Amino acid sequence: MALLAVERLRVEFPTRRGLLIAVDDVSFSIAPGEVLGVVGESGAGKSLTGAAIIGLIDRPGRIGAGQVLLDGRRIDNLPPEAMRRVRGREIGAVFQDPLTSLNPLYTIGRQLIETITTHLDMSQAEARRRALDLLAEVGIAAPQRRIDHYPHQFSGGMRQRVVIALALAAKPKLIIADEPTTALDVSIQAQIIALLKRLCRDHGTAVMLITHDMGVIAETADRVAVMYAGRIVEIGPVGDVIHRPQHPYTQGLMGSIPSIVDERDDLAQIDGAMPRLTAIPAGCPFHPRCAYAFDRCRAERPDLMRAGTSLAACWLHASPARIA
Amino acid sequence: MSAGGPPQGANFAPGGTAQRRTPQARGERTSTPLLELIDVARYFDVSLPWLNRLIERKPRQILKAVDGVSLTIAEGETLGLVGESGCGKSTIARLIVGLYRPTRGEIRFAGRRIDFADAELALRRTIQMIFQDPYASLNPRWRVADIVAEPIRAHGIAQTPREVDARVTALLEQVGLAGADGRKYPHQFSGGQRQRVSIARALATNPAFLVCDEPTSALDVSVQAQVLNLMRNLQRELGLTYLFISHNLAVVHHVADRVGVMYLGRIVELAPTHELFTSPQHPYTRMLLAAVPDLSLTGKPRTAVAGEVPNPLDPPSGCAFHPRCPYANERCRVETPMLKRAPTPAGATAVAACHAVEEGRLTTVLDAA
Repeated sequence: MALLAVERLRVEFPTRRGLLIAVDDVSFSIAPGEVLGVVGESGAGKSLTGAAIIGLIDRPGRIGAGQVLLDGRRIDNLPPEAMRRVRGREIGAVFQDPLTSLNPLYTIGRQLIETITTHLDMSQAEARRRALDLLAEVGIAAPQRRIDHYPHQFSGGMRQRVVIALALAAKPKLIIADEPTTALDVSIQAQIIALLKRLCRDHGTAVMLITHDMGVIAETADRVAVMYAGRIVEIGPVGDVIHRPQHPYTQGLMGSIPSIVDERDDLAQIDGAMPRLTAIPAGCPFHPRCAYAFDRCRAERPDLMRAGTSLAACWLHASPARIA
Repeated sequence: MSAGGPPQGANFAPGGTAQRRTPQARGERTSTPLLELIDVARYFDVSLPWLNRLIERKPRQILKAVDGVSLTIAEGETLGLVGESGCGKSTIARLIVGLYRPTRGEIRFAGRRIDFADAELALRRTIQMIFQDPYASLNPRWRVADIVAEPIRAHGIAQTPREVDARVTALLEQVGLAGADGRKYPHQFSGGQRQRVSIARALATNPAFLVCDEPTSALDVSVQAQVLNLMRNLQRELGLTYLFISHNLAVVHHVADRVGVMYLGRIVELAPTHELFTSPQHPYTRMLLAAVPDLSLTGKPRTAVAGEVPNPLDPPSGCAFHPRCPYANERCRVETPMLKRAPTPAGATAVAACHAVEEGRLTTVLDAA
């Protein structure tokens, strides 16, 4: 059974000018121990999807439809107090900016111990021992000394290690990592990716890895979901989505990424920009930018359908017509 | 410069009198470089106030943001500059456009020094800059037409309002916007369109040289591709020379002819792009390249790099990279290496500041691996 199942999730924001639908009919699942990458450009709805799963949608935003199941149990309609116990205990979170994820007024030890004693039945002394183990595990040298330091005494990469230790503190089954390496330099990013991969393999933790960086996904994920204008347009095994993309948007996205290996004269270019939430086109939201769009794309919204080893929301895969 | 300055066509590039110079054939370099940095350094005094230093018995603290950088950029060329946060890349950009004065060294443009306060304005206007954040670098209260027109007016490039309007329209069309977009405000544009406005503003004075400081880092990848393609086309049409600063190695690989790698205020390696990416010399360059996540690496295990950039206020002795370098020995801890031509492979034109490269210690280790 899937560890996490998201079914027809919709996140909406009522505004004076009408209802904005930021996440629209999104369904996917994550198996135990699996790393699912979620990519997309700014405003595609990837972070909101993650926030909806852990019940952190800010008002006036709300889950308008659909459900979120963790181990078969619905968690999207839990009261706030019960949801707080799920967060941290069952689902850990790692956010982009490690400085704002930590409380600057408390030592990292106090924050770790508080998280551990809140969720696990441990005494202060046991929790402190676990905190030291966690710090050592995420690669912080001299944890005995560092545990009593404040967040500002750590570098960016070390802070992100502390945040990962916090996320792992209560042994969750799933970690939602939203742009965990975006604020870091490239050599530190590589260290953090390697750390996340190792920890999840050792503990069997599943990860929903949200990022705009396709390279990070390629290195880390088992499967990848590509989001566009609040919808999943393609989902499949990571190698297939990268090397044999099925949706025209994914194809354009892959072609526009510069590489340190191939020498290309010009990058593939998707003209235009992602539509604003106030003006999402009818039918397939990508059709105004799509070179293959035909009448049906303008009129009728495509659902995810089988395309090779992946699923793609594209009418090209409904008929025998294929993308060249 | 008075409003009656030189006409639009004046250009201070070497041998360039035409308004639009033809693109220089790639690889063929003129004898005088367009831009030359000779042992440039910029230090910042980040000491505590005098009284605090006295009471807390703290010494003066000097941050050596750039410490002895020499490089040349030929006309029509793109030099990429890469490095991690705090390595001094943006300080170099600001030194070149005159936002900082160097503590030491000379900056020459077309053979003339530009590193003092009253460098000729006419020379200055041939160097323009594109900034990272298109949300912060455009005045939100000005219409786009006014933003683009400001350098035209400031440098007296067009006289009558009609000439200014015509020039603004031409510039906006050149960067792929419509002339009518000039009536809008920056907030009405997406990030990529705003960066096009920044490029139009930078082109307004007919510059020969553009300093691009992380021009696409704030953009999504598909928009980044649009802007990179635009910059490349403009370079071909207008014969522009770029200094392209980025922390993204893949982007630099795509745009640059030559690449300089910086670490703690110094250039540690400088090589033609293909050479740098296929046979990197300096251990830091090798580490950076190994760290880049790339699409082709799916599922491939990778050795993570140890350590972090040290505190620039207290840089290590000798080679600044030695605490993180697997090849460091006693000499590296004591003696600061200079940029020297790498002995291998034969025909290499790369220069690297590394004792291990110079002594050939490093190649042997790699061959064995």
